[in-house]
Amino acid sequence: MSITEYFNLLWDDYTLRTITLGTAVLGAICGMLGSFAVLRKQSLLGDAISHAALPGIALAFLITGAKDSGILMLGALISGLIGTFWIRGITSKTHLKSDTALGLILSIFFGFGMLLLTFIQKQPNANQAGLDKYLFGQAATLMESDVQLMIIVTGISLFVMLLFWKEFKILLFDADYTKTLGFNTKFIDVLITFLIVLAIVLGLQTVGVVLMSAILLAPAAAARQWTNSLGTMVLLAAIFGAFSGVFGTAISASQNNLSTGPVIVLVAGVFVLFSFIFSPKRGLLFREIRFHQNRTDLKLMKTLQFMYGIAQEHENISHPHAIRILNNFHGFTKSSLKKLENEGWIIIQGQQWAITQKGFKQAQEMYNQKTMNE
Amino acid sequence: MDNQKIAVQIDDLTAAYNYKPVLWDIDLSVPEGVLMAIVGPNGAGKSTLIKAILGIIKPIAGSVSIYGKPYSKQRKMVAYVPQKGSVDWDFPTTALDVVMMGTYGSLGWIKRPGQKEKKIALESMEKVGMLAFKNRQISQLSGGQQQRVFLARALAQDAAIYFMDEPFQGVDATTEIAIINILKELRKAGKTVVVVHHDLQTVPEYFDWVTFLNVKKIATGPVKEIFNDDNLTKTYGINYKVAVNK
Amino acid sequence: MNSPQIEIQIIAVIVAMACAIPGVFLVLRKMALISDAISHAILPGIVIGFFVTQDLNSPLLILLAALTGVITVVLVEFIQKTGLVKEDTAIGLVFPVLFSIGVILISKNANDIHLDVDAVLLGELAFAPFDRFMVEGTDLGPKSLWVMGSILLITISLLLLFFKELKVSTFDAGLSSAIGISPIVMHYGLMSISSITVVGAFDAVGAILVVALMIAPAATAYLLTEDLKKMIGLSLLFGAVSAISGYWVANVLDASISGSIATTLGVIFLIVYLFAPKKGLISVLYRQKQQKIEVSLITFLLHLNRHDEESERHINHLREHINWQEVQARTVLNLAEKNNLIEIKNSVVSLTEKGLTFTEKSLEYIVNNKDEKIEPMKEDFFLFRG
Repeated sequence: MSITEYFNLLWDDYTLRTITLGTAVLGAICGMLGSFAVLRKQSLLGDAISHAALPGIALAFLITGAKDSGILMLGALISGLIGTFWIRGITSKTHLKSDTALGLILSIFFGFGMLLLTFIQKQPNANQAGLDKYLFGQAATLMESDVQLMIIVTGISLFVMLLFWKEFKILLFDADYTKTLGFNTKFIDVLITFLIVLAIVLGLQTVGVVLMSAILLAPAAAARQWTNSLGTMVLLAAIFGAFSGVFGTAISASQNNLSTGPVIVLVAGVFVLFSFIFSPKRGLLFREIRFHQNRTDLKLMKTLQFMYGIAQEHENISHPHAIRILNNFHGFTKSSLKKLENEGWIIIQGQQWAITQKGFKQAQEMYNQKTMNE
Repeated sequence: MDNQKIAVQIDDLTAAYNYKPVLWDIDLSVPEGVLMAIVGPNGAGKSTLIKAILGIIKPIAGSVSIYGKPYSKQRKMVAYVPQKGSVDWDFPTTALDVVMMGTYGSLGWIKRPGQKEKKIALESMEKVGMLAFKNRQISQLSGGQQQRVFLARALAQDAAIYFMDEPFQGVDATTEIAIINILKELRKAGKTVVVVHHDLQTVPEYFDWVTFLNVKKIATGPVKEIFNDDNLTKTYGINYKVAVNK
Repeated sequence: MNSPQIEIQIIAVIVAMACAIPGVFLVLRKMALISDAISHAILPGIVIGFFVTQDLNSPLLILLAALTGVITVVLVEFIQKTGLVKEDTAIGLVFPVLFSIGVILISKNANDIHLDVDAVLLGELAFAPFDRFMVEGTDLGPKSLWVMGSILLITISLLLLFFKELKVSTFDAGLSSAIGISPIVMHYGLMSISSITVVGAFDAVGAILVVALMIAPAATAYLLTEDLKKMIGLSLLFGAVSAISGYWVANVLDASISGSIATTLGVIFLIVYLFAPKKGLISVLYRQKQQKIEVSLITFLLHLNRHDEESERHINHLREHINWQEVQARTVLNLAEKNNLIEIKNSVVSLTEKGLTFTEKSLEYIVNNKDEKIEPMKEDFFLFRG
């Protein structure tokens, strides 16, 4: 199946539609809540939480024997939360730093999860198949009930976010100040963390524990480049996330042997790369162009200053001078003279130039500013 | 002076970070309508004192009352200007948005700011001369402008008592003058202002009340009476005579 | 025990020890997550290297993949420098993307490549003894034993050679450059060694568990000592112990060896985290509680010392002004009385002579910013601690 076929089939094929809707909703909620994670400098917490969820999934299966994704998600949620609070316990009660705590919990919980998974695989229980999808995700296994759950959770998260928008925003920006205004910052903090953990758990089946955090971060990191408003950022991140989800699923479904997680991550990665380079305000390309522009401007001004110095020595400032006397001056080129003429600061006639009144004034202002700054 | 109301009353306040005490047994009364500097060497607990008063850190012992009632019941009478470096200025928001945050406390939970709050915020921005920058992204403001935004945010709280943590840190001369003029206006309007201050030279010029702090309270009172070599030496441990008279 | 079993355990121990040494420095330099980034990001390097060499244990592949690791570090640092996103986001973006490329490369070439996704996550320690190092028909043991053995030897020699430099640049970068040790050289040296170790260990324990082998021993050791040499020694010990016990746990459960090694590391960390004599959770909580009561006690004594008027020294005042809960007030009062620092007459509290001496001495230390001297003084004065 090619990608165009996939999108053609989308309208007729019920399963395909379910899966696509599921990944779109998932991408949206991850982008939305990921924005908070990124702004709270908790980008890597998501990574730790998603890895920490693995033993929960395996244990939930071992205890209940159920393959029902709802129960497995509950297990993931509990073990993800245990991981989160243990990380907090380590950083607040010992001298180990947060990077150590994150890496430690991430790898140990994941190791324990893999121990359980390999243990389960050897059990003479036909039911065990399917837990593998939680490693790298398999959108194709999404059922209608899974998608319904996603939509409900996303709806609730959206409602909570809109309800507490003001509180979330002020806490993200200035937690201490929020406390002095009489808000219960612990409550807001736990609420945000809980929503983030929820989004991660929701995505495990589709994206997998290994790469889940990237779906949380990438849309938000891309969205941040295009706007300076928190609301727009959250909205954009949700859109980027939804697109990454849909395209990633489409590509992986149209190929054999491809887990959804890595493909969605790559699509989101493309969004990030594009934003890093081409965003008009922050992007590297325009930054480079602006830098170049400033340097040219600076050169131009220096040339004008030099001319001003020469013109000052004459009573009639508009007295023409030969262009070649500029030859010793660095930064003078034909094109820079042209630009100065376009600005109306000098007049060029043949091999001679003369500064205009306007140009003289401009140079004078610059000179005054310079002396003032010094 | 005697029948002056007490705006802030602190009793037996001991505060600690990770259970290591930073402030010991502070008693302090701040009369209404003064412009007070808290001075002391680095690590003297100046910021901690303000944070403990405002409940940002939980004191180990002691109580704070605002106009005779516990602080927790009087929050709306108090405004706070934190240190500029305490927040991420790359946060995606505008100057006006930040100033609006000053109105969140009186709004309470869930309710959104409306036209009334916007008006308050715009007026506060005008007072600090930042109206022209209202839609500017906060990362594109200079250090002095960021400080003024913080000040405007506190003004938007319309409080009776203002606590400011080093508002002159890293600002240009124009901003420093603008800020001190606003502080003096606040005092004229009968407000009480408490400022953590670093620059001893400007204390007599800017403030009328001063508290010397170094882990313990050394002295508190009118600048004219107690801002002297004796107290400076007690606080800083070396003879400060030369530095101040310059 | 048969000979493959012994060989597996030897390899596991060597891998664990080789990881533990750079791990100590990563933890101390607050760069633990770099190991996470490197271990994920080398995957495309390994896959491409495998296309070239067709041998997972080839030194060329290890170098190629290690280079990818160093490039990752450079890339992360570049993104951090642009200021477009926060530092942690930069790490969080780069490695999943590179890892995804690796996973996709493997999936797309599943037929040509003797690597599967399980091996990427878990390694193939159990199969390590089957890949022999043969020279002219003589069996010299498992290949991976040679590879990891060489990496461990190189790491230990570099550690011994540059111990002083590593120590200085880790604890004081400023001093380090002042005495002519370039922190940048040490930084990239450490990154290169970490990358090589990760690549070597990847084959045995997989991408994510190598992180456990690097961070967990060092973190556990750091809770027990702050001495660098002891920390390295303890890390090596924890690594080796969990390698062997992890192997036997896996043997009993018939589960992944590397998963059980990581789990064992986790159990050891949990035990140390709870029970370490000074830095452990229980001892920290106990100390904080004691500290809180004793600080309250001193505050109380200072208060008594400062106020002559009876109203300020009345028992009820304690709760009103000092703002303590009933329980806390009683604890403090009891402690002070048990230690003969105060006496109570008609509900008015006053300092005893001993209390006065203690208070005045404490006050002197406090005023001179020498709080730390109060602690030993308590030994002299207190019959009972809080």
